[in-house]
Amino acid sequence: MSQTDIEIVVEDPTAPEDDSPSVVSSGTIEIVVSLLLLALAVTLGFDNWRTGASWDATGPEPGYFPFYLSVILAGASLYGLIAALLARRTSSATFVTRAQGRRVLAVFVPTLLFCLATQFLGLYVASFLLIAGFMRLVGRIALWKSLLTAFAFTAIMFVTFDVAFDVIMPKGPLEAALGR
Amino acid sequence: MEALGLLLHGFAVLLTWKTLVLMMVGLVLGIFVGVLPGLGGPNGVAILLPLTFTMDPTSAIVMLSCIYWGALFGGAITSILFNIPGEAWSVATTFDGYPMAQQGRAAEALTAAFTSSFVGSLVAVLLITFLAPMISSFALKFGPPEFFAVYLLTFCSFVGLGREAKHKTVISMSLGLLLAGIGMDTVSGSLRMTFGSPELLRGINFLVAVIGLFGISEILLTMEERLALRGHAAGISLRVVLGVWKDLPKYWVTLLRSSFVGCWLGITPGGAIAASFMGYNLAKRFAKDPESFGKGRIEGVFAPETAAHASGTSALLPMLALGIPGSGTAAILLGGLMVWGLNPGPLLFVEHKDFVWGLIASMYLGNVVGLVLVLTTVPIFASILRVPFAAVAPMIVVSCAIGAYAIQNAMFDIWLMLGFGVVGYVFKKIGIPLAPFTLALVLGNRAEDAFRLSMIGSGGTLKVFWSNGLVGSITTLAILLLFWPVIDNLLARVGLTHGTRATSS
Repeated sequence: MSQTDIEIVVEDPTAPEDDSPSVVSSGTIEIVVSLLLLALAVTLGFDNWRTGASWDATGPEPGYFPFYLSVILAGASLYGLIAALLARRTSSATFVTRAQGRRVLAVFVPTLLFCLATQFLGLYVASFLLIAGFMRLVGRIALWKSLLTAFAFTAIMFVTFDVAFDVIMPKGPLEAALGR
Repeated sequence: MEALGLLLHGFAVLLTWKTLVLMMVGLVLGIFVGVLPGLGGPNGVAILLPLTFTMDPTSAIVMLSCIYWGALFGGAITSILFNIPGEAWSVATTFDGYPMAQQGRAAEALTAAFTSSFVGSLVAVLLITFLAPMISSFALKFGPPEFFAVYLLTFCSFVGLGREAKHKTVISMSLGLLLAGIGMDTVSGSLRMTFGSPELLRGINFLVAVIGLFGISEILLTMEERLALRGHAAGISLRVVLGVWKDLPKYWVTLLRSSFVGCWLGITPGGAIAASFMGYNLAKRFAKDPESFGKGRIEGVFAPETAAHASGTSALLPMLALGIPGSGTAAILLGGLMVWGLNPGPLLFVEHKDFVWGLIASMYLGNVVGLVLVLTTVPIFASILRVPFAAVAPMIVVSCAIGAYAIQNAMFDIWLMLGFGVVGYVFKKIGIPLAPFTLALVLGNRAEDAFRLSMIGSGGTLKVFWSNGLVGSITTLAILLLFWPVIDNLLARVGLTHGTRATSS
């Protein structure tokens, strides 16, 4: 046996607690999603009906195929809505607990900010900020490690995409100042 | 034996230094993707797709498919050493793989997993080599009605045979087909569902949606869980490998059975996940001592791994032969085909021989090289898990954004990716399957074109889908599959079958 005894151990200090209270139940989310899908189906269906969902001299009009799909989507969402409303009394499955919700937001909000930053500062600066900020603030990793990792990763991405493969990313004031 | 000659030609296409290097790069990236939590086969392939935009199609597909093989291999590493399935299809591998590691037999379990993966893919590739050219030459006779019937069959089998609630599969699929229709109508040239937005004019790009649905949403889901882990480190010695290989013939029934299950579920949209569980359960059912499963039995590793790989590989068969992907990853490879300017479908075998046979040859070579690679480098890949997720997560986000932007050079696509990330997260949590959506989005326009062309040809009567024996039987089969749960139930009521969901006694 070549089995070695070294174990790999990784801790997760900010893991969500198991007994965290529920924020919202799956049933409620199912109802909301069904309503949203129904609204989408009606909007798209109406738009297709306006475009023309019947037959003309050349065959089916452009809206024909998507119009009937909207009808199918509306039907399935309506069914889902009724099923979720009926099941609401009996089941109380948790969609997300408070601790889980906090962790999900801890990724989602930085990602949202990253997209915003990409729009104004360019992708590479935004990527540096995201990685360094996330490692430091969410992962509680030493500042120098966070900065170094963020710089190294961003630099590798820049060299791979911009220089080697000629895939151009959105750029901002910093790249302009550096003449790229 | 024309296939053999063409296959040799494929190897000739493949054996250049450039392709071999790309193959290695693909495999390493793939294993990486398979080992890391929050990244999987489909999103790994989707994120890395932009790297291939400037390559020629053959190099591109070789690299991408190797990422896929690598991800399939990588999933097993974390299952066995850490009891954490890196991929959903390696869940069944943990049942016996982790107990083996606990007993100090990690090396044995890993060797078993990699070897059976190899056997599974090999059976599937053999199937592709000989069956795909036959199917595609048969499909050359297809007209629009036949193609629409085949698309219908694919969609219906998802609804009828899927394990999720039927209305959720229908929601997922119709939403995908609808979103595929956004933008310029390919037949008449008029705009649809754009609501005056210039950004929507381009339509919703399939790959952007995939990166959001699988990449971003997977990170959100991963963060919900406790990410602490504790596992065994293992190196594999040649002695262990040879020991496992020596015993291999004893398990030929298990290997063969799992290969067949995997191939079948790969071609039909059952997928690698279902295949791995079915392979495991069948091995358990046919064993003389089923109670010893789950306690570290080597067959419990052989069975699911063989099935998962056979299924993952054979999912490429319908994609190559008919242009219909058999899995989420195959759908993304199909999206890649279109980006590289190839037209998926049976003509691929006629017009792009180099591409098709290069790909098939790379399946053989990629799996051999992959096997050697994983056997020798397991400790390195296992230690990747030491990297904290707080460092990995933002890097994945950045890679996703680069991938999404690069496809059409549009900032709007980065926002779209974020939106799809949220949609994917919510859908996964309330059980709306994403695979039908992916498939519908990539096939939507082709299905619609086929439908409209058949309707124009027939003067607007649906009878065209029963106009000859071939199209009629495919359409009928599709409708039967759509209502399969109902039919199965009825048959059970009259006592003809046992029925999977029979309620009456």
